Amino acid sequence: MPEPILELAGLTKVFPGGFKALDNVDLTINRGEIFALLGPNGAGKTTLIGAVCGLVRPTSGTIRAFGQDTKSDWRQARARIGLVPQELSTDMFEPVLHAVEYSRGLFGLAPDPARIEEILRSLSLWDKRNNRIMELSGGMKRRVLIAKAMAHEPDLLFLDEPTAGVDVELRKDMWHQIDAMRARGVTVILTTHYIEEAEEMADRVGIIRGGKILMVDQKDAMMARLGRTEAHVMLAQPLDTLPPAIAAFPVELKEGGRSLCYRGGDGTGKGREEVAELTKALIASGIDYVGIDVRESSLEDIFVSLLGDEEEQAA
Amino acid sequence: MSFNARSAWSIYRRELWRFLRTAFQSVLAPVLTTSLYILVFGSAIGNRMPDVGSVDYGAFIIPGLLMLTLLGETTSNSSFGIYMPRFTGTIYELLSAPVGVAETLAGFVGAAATKSLILAAIILLTARIFVPYDIAHPVFAFVFILLVAASFSLFGFILGIWADSFEKLGIIPMLILTPLTFLGGTFYSIADLPAPWNTVALANPIVYLVSGLRWTFYGSADVSIWVSLALTLAFLVACTAIIAYIFRTGWRLRN
Ligand SMILES: Nc1ncnc2c1ncn2[C@@H]1O[C@H](COP(=O)(O)OP(=O)(O)O)[C@@H](O)[C@H]1O
Ligand SMILES: [Mg+2]
Repeated sequence: MPEPILELAGLTKVFPGGFKALDNVDLTINRGEIFALLGPNGAGKTTLIGAVCGLVRPTSGTIRAFGQDTKSDWRQARARIGLVPQELSTDMFEPVLHAVEYSRGLFGLAPDPARIEEILRSLSLWDKRNNRIMELSGGMKRRVLIAKAMAHEPDLLFLDEPTAGVDVELRKDMWHQIDAMRARGVTVILTTHYIEEAEEMADRVGIIRGGKILMVDQKDAMMARLGRTEAHVMLAQPLDTLPPAIAAFPVELKEGGRSLCYRGGDGTGKGREEVAELTKALIASGIDYVGIDVRESSLEDIFVSLLGDEEEQAA
Repeated sequence: MSFNARSAWSIYRRELWRFLRTAFQSVLAPVLTTSLYILVFGSAIGNRMPDVGSVDYGAFIIPGLLMLTLLGETTSNSSFGIYMPRFTGTIYELLSAPVGVAETLAGFVGAAATKSLILAAIILLTARIFVPYDIAHPVFAFVFILLVAASFSLFGFILGIWADSFEKLGIIPMLILTPLTFLGGTFYSIADLPAPWNTVALANPIVYLVSGLRWTFYGSADVSIWVSLALTLAFLVACTAIIAYIFRTGWRLRN
């Protein structure tokens, strides 16, 4: 039974000047999950995080974290939330250990050198603990921000675009770190505009654009609902008609009967199984083929098709 | 209302650490400037100046010069303390922490006031090298310097939240505090001004600060020490109220 850790209801933010960055957002995050908030630049991701963490004052709506209202019980809520901001903003002259110890103290916790050491070690920062942050590489700087955000042992951690502008190697490393956080029982909400990242990391995905949540679902369910397997079977001999055993599959002939196109499945792997069945049926029916091309649609395709629908509606 | 002493202590310690990191600029520069004033106006020119009341001219100007440095340094130290995190974005951490106005003020303003006390002590010790002077009411002097340091730290904090550029940050200390301190009886007694200027000068709030500090040194002043104390306290309360209001509305801090 999923237990809500964060509940947004009717959350709206209109910036002074009238720009509506969040539009009536309803969203529930469950304990222990990794949730990816996926959306293009300017979608309102950072604003949403800011509203939960106390950086942005909501225009209307409610935010409940751990069952407590973040407006009236802000102290209790904030004590259990960590934030790794999008920008690498920290005092660059400060040594790593100093910065992380400060963060723990700022959140009102007693010093705990063993715990800080553990956090720094898990992020491979221990050897750099006496280095000034300015001396570290970009990837290490972000790790310092993660260590600072983890220093007060939050139950809910926000990572705002943790891998934006970071090379593939560092991205993989970050995913690894996020997995480690989940292992500790931390609920992670990350924002990204890389679909690959949401697909790789998240249990659930929310798609946001123009301040509106377009869709929220289990990643697998989203793939199942919108995912597709597409297969092209290059036939040895062109066909005019399909025998009934083949026509039972969701297929059609293309390229003047030279190619058999399959579109089906649901993103859970069912499509690939069906393609395997199809090839057996082709052989059983005595239809020869010279090549097969199978492709699973990604979250990217889903994203594009969703946004496409939106635009059509708007037009 | 709750107060998290650990949070406040963390902010305080870190601010002092930053101060000490840049101790060279933050201590040496003001001490040098003030010493030059004391040397030139006190020792060199002061020898040719008549005593003010029963006080030697060189000694007479020390409280005013101390006040000049104290106001300027306290205000700019404190305003930078909160302006820089806003400017660089590091303020996100403070704003997302379970920390309210009380902890923030105790940390930032406490640290700024501490820096000012350290600075004041160094200046007074340095001044002794050039000009002999005694402090008639050391306890009063300490309390008064503490009050001024605290209230102008609060004032600087407001300035640092209000300012949206480095120019604005510098403008108040330079264009308002320094001239008002010069005109506020640092180099002369208000009573020696010709009418109506001796009355007009009383509209300058800095007069009460210089006069108050001078009383704690030499036991005589242009206005009563109690008036000086009361006005400083009132300023402190007003600044605190403004900051409480700023935090309640999130003005310039939270979008
Ligand atoms: N302080 C602000 N004042 C006015 N508009 C803002 C402010 N902050 C963000 N916005 C606008 O709100 C929209 C959402 O921004 P943001 O939440 O940062 O998007 P994302 O993080 O998804 O890229 C953008 O169009 C941005 O220009
Ligand atoms: Mg953003």
